[in-house]
Amino acid sequence: MGLDIKIPIGLMFTLLGVLLAIYGLTTIGDVEIYSRSLNININLWTGLTMLVIGVFLLATAKYRKLPARTKED
Amino acid sequence: MEISFNLTWIDYTIMIVYFAFVIGIGWVLKRYMRSASDFLEAGRSIPAWVTGLAFIATNLGALEVIGMAANGAKYGLMTVHFYFIGAIPGMILLGIFMMPFYYGSKARSVPEYLKLRFDEKTRGFNAFSFAVMTIFASGISMYALAMLMEVLLGWNFNFSLMISAIIVLIYVYLGGLSSAIYNEVLQFFLIVIGFAPLVILGLINIGGWDGLKEALINPAVANGLEGNAYMHSWKNTGSPGSNPMGVGWFGVVMGLGLVLGCGYWCINFLVVQRAMAANSMSAARRTPLIGALPKMFIPYLVIIPGMIAIALTYMPDSGFQLPVKGDSLDYDKAIPMLLGKYFPTGVLGLGLTALMASFMSGMAGNVTAFNTVWTYDIYQSYINPDKSDKHYLRVGQLTTIFGVIVSIGTAYMARFFNNIMDFLQLVFAFINAPLFATFVLGMFWKRATGHGAFYGLVSGTLAAAIHHGLTAPEGSHMLIKGGWLGNVVHYYPSEMAQNFWTATYAFTACFLVTIIISVTTKQLKTDDQLTGLVYALTPRIKEEGVPWYRSPEILAIIVGVIAIAFTIYWW
Repeated sequence: MGLDIKIPIGLMFTLLGVLLAIYGLTTIGDVEIYSRSLNININLWTGLTMLVIGVFLLATAKYRKLPARTKED
Repeated sequence: MEISFNLTWIDYTIMIVYFAFVIGIGWVLKRYMRSASDFLEAGRSIPAWVTGLAFIATNLGALEVIGMAANGAKYGLMTVHFYFIGAIPGMILLGIFMMPFYYGSKARSVPEYLKLRFDEKTRGFNAFSFAVMTIFASGISMYALAMLMEVLLGWNFNFSLMISAIIVLIYVYLGGLSSAIYNEVLQFFLIVIGFAPLVILGLINIGGWDGLKEALINPAVANGLEGNAYMHSWKNTGSPGSNPMGVGWFGVVMGLGLVLGCGYWCINFLVVQRAMAANSMSAARRTPLIGALPKMFIPYLVIIPGMIAIALTYMPDSGFQLPVKGDSLDYDKAIPMLLGKYFPTGVLGLGLTALMASFMSGMAGNVTAFNTVWTYDIYQSYINPDKSDKHYLRVGQLTTIFGVIVSIGTAYMARFFNNIMDFLQLVFAFINAPLFATFVLGMFWKRATGHGAFYGLVSGTLAAAIHHGLTAPEGSHMLIKGGWLGNVVHYYPSEMAQNFWTATYAFTACFLVTIIISVTTKQLKTDDQLTGLVYALTPRIKEEGVPWYRSPEILAIIVGVIAIAFTIYWW
């Protein structure tokens, strides 16, 4: 099958990683949010980890052109 | 630190991104769905690492995530038996010895293998019971997810049920088994990244491994056990009464290891189907072995949160308490409650998405297995044979819709008649317990006959029912827990112990009856017909020119060594 699953997983992790990391950056020092996570900015850390995994998956994925759609599709 | 689930825009965004990706994968795969085999068997074209991850991810559904965390809270580290005894040996057995017959026989499903090896009635018995069982399992997944969302987030039950059903329906309808398998890999990654921060925060909070060890003395002593009872897997299994599970070592090895573990991993079409979708015999054999590698680390992800939850519950100043249900704690809430305790908005959305992903992978796994068994083993065999391939492709797609609708129905049944579900699960347990004996004899003893297999199965199921009817776990009141034959001849220290022994008796009965009937009946299959189905009549596979790390045998040794190392480490 012509789909390398690393591409969608990599894309999703990169996207969610960037989102969480930016959210983490904008909420640095927010006691109200992070008191429950023991004052650790867990959004930033999780976001960065996801970003690294996402970029790694995208970098090692095999890219191939999808077959053209036929008329009956 | 109170437990609350205040979701904000970022949490909803994460959920929506996840929904978009799973449906997107189905949509991309749609163009490859040209034949029934593409849809129902993934065209046997998927690389081993993908099927390997899907192999364990499809099982990483509600039962494992919620259930193993609950077991971690109830039984402590003894829960690792479900991995190192209850899963790894079965996965090695499947990869090394049994996969060649499944994949090499060109059977398209586990019931079809039974037809080729034994006869029509054995296949029919297995196909119908599997089809019903799997659709109920899918419904229970949906029900559990919708219940959880209702309790935690205050979401409407019908809304959560419909959302999860429709998303699974769309991506399975579009891309069939391939779509389910690819999404299981995505779900696997998401489950790991969603729960890992929970384990890390929990361990930091409780003072690391040593802190956990100390905190677990209280619950152990409160339950009348030695202080270290929750921190060992084998040490206290000398007698059933001295460990939280109430099972001795023989019960663990026989009941869980041989019968339930191997019986699940080697013959349940839900997981075997993933391996059969691999792109070569070698990839199919490597599938369970590749899956076994991450499988051995999942205890960190699901059992440790359960142990943290029970430790916090017994800690006076933790402010955390597992809710009470009936006369015990509601252990199933361990993971959801910890999510609410530790996760702030942001990762909370990720954690909840991971939870949904685990339920959906379980549902989709059941739906795809149901599709294949229904289309090939029931529809094509008994209802409408000799149609074109396009026809069966269409039937497979429509079965997806039908399967999801029936699952929704069973989800509502579970909501309104709780006891019916318990009863059905019990019946399925009776049907499943002896099956492994049938497969072992079928694959490794060429004299086993169709009549032997069928009556062996029936007597095994009966033996399970009778054993369950004559015994009961201590302190139980309900008939569903056992003793319904009126006269309880033996009380087990726990329900788990009763389960293990029910399975052991069922297996033994099936094994003996199959042998006895086989030697007294005529083998109707010729050696020619059995080639590729039985060990003695199948040429050994020689894999030449394969690098060492792709050899299933080498992989199995690596898996075995790691499993032994873990066993010693968790002793």
